[in-house]
Amino acid sequence: MMLALLINGVGLLLIAAILWWFWLGPRRHTTEAVGGGEKLQILVKDGVYEPDRIRLPAGAEATLRFRREDVSPCAEWVLFPDLEVSAQLAVHSDTAVKIPAAEPGEYPFTCQMQMYRGTLVVE
Amino acid sequence: MSEKQQTFTLSGVSCAGCVSKIEKAVNAVPGVGEARVNLADRTLQVSGSADAGAIQSAIEGAGYGAEPVRRSERELREQQHAEEQRHYRQLLWRSGLALGLGVPLMAWGLLTGEMMVNNTGQQLAWGAVGLLTLAVLVYCGGHFFSGAWRAFRHHNANMDTLIALGTGTAWAFSMLVVLLPQLLPEAARHVYFEASAMIIGLINLGQALEVRARGRTSAAVEKLLQLQDPTARVVRDGREVDIPLEEVQVGDRLRVRPGEKIPVDGQVLEGSSLVDESMLTGEPVPVKKGAGDALSAGTLNKNGTLLFGAEKVGAETRLAQIIEMVKNAQSSRVPIARLADKISAIFVPTVMIVAIVAALIWFNWGPDPRAAHMLVVLTSVLIIACPCALGLATPMSVMVGVGKGAEYGVLVRNGKALQQASNLTTLVVDKTGTLTEGAPKLTDLETVGGGDGDADELLALLASLEQGSEHPLAEAVVAAARERNLELLPVSDFEAITAHGVSGTVKDKKILLGNRKLMQRENIDIAAWHERAEELADLGRTAMYAAVNGAAAGIIAVADPIRDDAKAAIARLLRLGLRIEMLTGDSSATAEAVAQQLGIDRVHAELLPEDKEKIVGELLKKGERVGMVGDGINDAPALARADVGFAIGAGTDVAIETADITLMRSSLHGVANAIELSRATLRNIKQNLFGAFVYNTLGIPVAAGVLFPFTGALLSPVIAGAAMAFSSVTVVSNANRLRFFQPTEVQ
Repeated sequence: MMLALLINGVGLLLIAAILWWFWLGPRRHTTEAVGGGEKLQILVKDGVYEPDRIRLPAGAEATLRFRREDVSPCAEWVLFPDLEVSAQLAVHSDTAVKIPAAEPGEYPFTCQMQMYRGTLVVE
Repeated sequence: MSEKQQTFTLSGVSCAGCVSKIEKAVNAVPGVGEARVNLADRTLQVSGSADAGAIQSAIEGAGYGAEPVRRSERELREQQHAEEQRHYRQLLWRSGLALGLGVPLMAWGLLTGEMMVNNTGQQLAWGAVGLLTLAVLVYCGGHFFSGAWRAFRHHNANMDTLIALGTGTAWAFSMLVVLLPQLLPEAARHVYFEASAMIIGLINLGQALEVRARGRTSAAVEKLLQLQDPTARVVRDGREVDIPLEEVQVGDRLRVRPGEKIPVDGQVLEGSSLVDESMLTGEPVPVKKGAGDALSAGTLNKNGTLLFGAEKVGAETRLAQIIEMVKNAQSSRVPIARLADKISAIFVPTVMIVAIVAALIWFNWGPDPRAAHMLVVLTSVLIIACPCALGLATPMSVMVGVGKGAEYGVLVRNGKALQQASNLTTLVVDKTGTLTEGAPKLTDLETVGGGDGDADELLALLASLEQGSEHPLAEAVVAAARERNLELLPVSDFEAITAHGVSGTVKDKKILLGNRKLMQRENIDIAAWHERAEELADLGRTAMYAAVNGAAAGIIAVADPIRDDAKAAIARLLRLGLRIEMLTGDSSATAEAVAQQLGIDRVHAELLPEDKEKIVGELLKKGERVGMVGDGINDAPALARADVGFAIGAGTDVAIETADITLMRSSLHGVANAIELSRATLRNIKQNLFGAFVYNTLGIPVAAGVLFPFTGALLSPVIAGAAMAFSSVTVVSNANRLRFFQPTEVQ
């Protein structure tokens, strides 16, 4: 009886933890701001973009440099669907991705399968 | 860092003394293997592992300028390929190793059924197997675990998370059985090491196959890249030198011999040759090129030697822009995939919750051994769920479809255009330049006498009269005279009479050429030609009367000839179920005649350029899904207004910018090809999405054990692993089927 309670308790706790961690809980991002002309490096490794939240000033072009350290095909492309920008990333080297001047707003960027996810904040 | 070759272009280098100075400075940079300056083309080759920035600053420190030469797209691709190959072999090796442990273990379990831990001997034996499995998990599946952990720290969950949790749970449970069997009831003391090893092995195998299949999806861009040779022959100081393509600069003079490819865009300076441009325009007949003609990179020089000046190099060439556009379109998103995108965003955490709920249900209400069932259900659900298939469903098809389009000279701007092209209901076609050649030609010439000599004589007079005029009809007359090698004579007293025609004096004869109004004004009797003129008008030709010294001399007719393939292309489009509407600025009679010959029943004639957009707008308001075909120059607003704008005709820059779909070839067949291709691609996407949805919506419940009441058994985690591994391979392979697409034109 004790065991049953324990196991069920742990299960429910886990569900609550998943809900909180992935959806409800506060998200801390490694945020970095970049100016218009500067370049920012984003590391593509082990399923995450680092940093995964990038701030850019509105109305100016910018260049992001993606450094891909993940050889699996998932990481091969980075897409900014709302900006119609995409780039094929070379392994173990930097690939420059030009971001056109955009309206303020949030623009998600992902890999083709959307396992890698990041947000571009234009403000 | 690995050994590599780097090239820099140098500035400020003028003598041999500089060479040794630079080489010395660069050789002092740590990591440099060998540095070699080539004074002739002012480049520096460096081998070794040194950083480009360090080399650059060393050269600058020595007092010279240096710029790293950008690696060519092709080299990047080659590197990518090598990397892919390495990754492929690594995956196969990992898979082989994991299966090498998993398969014998599974065979043992199936043959002997002894997977239980009941005594110390079994504890020891399975403990050893458990450690071996751990080694396999770490070595062959370590990347799943590290990926899962990193994603977790970012509040993210992905495929790695599912695999790591599934295999990790199975291993941890088995280890618990080995170490503390007394905690569990006897029936549940079962180990699942084989499941962990097998799953890792199968998923690695699946990924290896996926890498292979994915390589083929980008074959189209590969083909385009191969249109360029890595070197170009530049004429410098009267000598011809072969230099890498990336080093060709605007203004360089280049030599191309027969059978060689044109390396960059430019203009012919000397020589003449036939050039095969089919790879860019789809036009099978080679084009004659002479001094002053434009050349495009990637086209093939057939029979002569050409000297030409480089005008656009590197990323500026049309070929490079096409490649760029294809690549961008290949990775753009299709609206139809929006649902799949939404689902995949919440997919993994949802699956984790489903797995826990299912495990709890089995624990509370399932039959014994409950602990074992719970574990199997948990592992299977985690493993069988495949977010990859869902995520890959559209991008793979779009990639192959867009690439295939490029092969047929159809450049699609993005996934949205591809989707909209697949369900158009109405196609609005601009007549001039699309259905007709766009350049009027003389079609009929009849004289009073009727003989050939008379005809030539009259044509010579009329052409002489018209040679100063810029009217398109006049050009047709002059062109016809040139074609027959007739000599043009000087004209005096030339006068253009608005809306009537022209008059003038040639060889002391007063010549008139114009419509009926002109003849009536000049009191010339044309009654005999009246009927013939009506006949010609019915055929869509523009007839004009000619008079010499006050007497009717003949009648000529000019028409914009219908393109050879227009009729067949229209028939194809009608077969595709499209309603076709023709737009033209011509008179109704001419337009009707053309439409009738082509089998088009809706005509809007006598339009001003701005009316075209209005007509497209009206059709859209009626709920039609409208495609507009034009040359992209004077109908740009209409192209932009339509759901899909097709720019036809050798892809001018303007057209490429405004159109949703650009046809490199000036033929309406291109539109039919584009529509057929978009339908085939969308069908493929739907199959993939359907497959991925069905797979996940059926697979997860089965893994959770809904079939248990009927079959009395749970799905083995190994089978779940196999299903998951091959579901994404299936999606990629199905997308690859699109590579065999052929438009009906060539079938």
